[in-house]
Amino acid sequence: MSTLAHVFEAAGLSTIVLASMKEVAEKMAPPRTLYCEFPLGRPLGLPGDAEFQTDVLTRAFALLDASEPILETHPEVIESEEAPMSCSIPPRFDASLPPAVDEAQGLRAAYDRAVEARGVTAVGRSIDADTVADALGVLDQWANGASWQEVALPDQNILAVGHDIRAYYTEAALELASGPTPGGRAVEAWFWEETEAGKTMMAARGALKEQEAPFPFWFYLAPAHR
Amino acid sequence: MLRFVYRANGSQVMAEATGGDAAMRAFGATQEVPVFDDPAFTALGKPLSEARVAIVTSAALHRPDQERYATGDTGFRALERADRNLVMGHWSPNFDHTGFQIDLNVVYPIDRLEELAASGVIGDVAPRHFAFAGNQPDTVSEVRLDTGPACANELLADAVDVVLLTPV
Repeated sequence: MSTLAHVFEAAGLSTIVLASMKEVAEKMAPPRTLYCEFPLGRPLGLPGDAEFQTDVLTRAFALLDASEPILETHPEVIESEEAPMSCSIPPRFDASLPPAVDEAQGLRAAYDRAVEARGVTAVGRSIDADTVADALGVLDQWANGASWQEVALPDQNILAVGHDIRAYYTEAALELASGPTPGGRAVEAWFWEETEAGKTMMAARGALKEQEAPFPFWFYLAPAHR
Repeated sequence: MLRFVYRANGSQVMAEATGGDAAMRAFGATQEVPVFDDPAFTALGKPLSEARVAIVTSAALHRPDQERYATGDTGFRALERADRNLVMGHWSPNFDHTGFQIDLNVVYPIDRLEELAASGVIGDVAPRHFAFAGNQPDTVSEVRLDTGPACANELLADAVDVVLLTPV
């Protein structure tokens, strides 16, 4: 972002950066920066809160009055939530299936409602919703000792498949959950700590590491701090 | 580092930064970044109420009908002013993608810009906005030398005055 700010300013555009990492913004010194300590991935702070978002924009546009480079900090800090969101998972339906496969199939109705409501889905980088359960079946086999080179995913781009599985789950979860808007990382915590898919993917990640699969194949399947 | 944190219930407490975001910020602080010698500074030569504003985001947003972002994609996608059915194609698992799913304005505040234009705070909303993928090679040389200037030309062609840059 700061790189683009410098490029755009040189082209004759006035820029404002909403920065999420203060040290990076300080070192790169774009002309106008509003540093916001908000959850990463939520640069305007609060989803669904137009008043708060407008306040951020008002403070950002005010930086245009400065006649020299300026970095200001938004006075409010919003922390991510590290505790899992409250979202109940459908009960086991077919005990003959691996738990994650059964679970993914059980979430399908909620996922379909989410897509209907939003009109768009992030699932589809490499697999579609029909294939999510199959992909989890392969991850389950890896987690239980199968070779990642012998038992293949529906698509060879492991990271894309991982994104599609997580997107399927989070879109379904946001449709199922009631109550307050989940904070940053609350859905992430739910996925990794409470779902069979999350546990299976983490176990498969460990198995890939054990099998000495290339580092990027497994490392980026999960957030680095997990 | 202790700092004031505003809780959802309105209370204010002193708290230490912990968890995934703190880990990512600590990591980010150690990263080498490109340094720009003698950077440009373009003053806005008109009142904000007469300025045309565009959003450029590094959230790798795209319409479902547009080309997806490859890992290490240095290009950009143009988003029409009316587009709302957008997908986040960013490859990093290290930040929250769900805020955007709940309300795209938390990343791409297009509805807020429309409101500010309607109320006369800004002059106009640009006809097109642009998205890059935030995970770039360390030197960001393609963005600096090729796709960044190309995007600037698109913005200038749309008579944009102010660019709001939003990260994820």
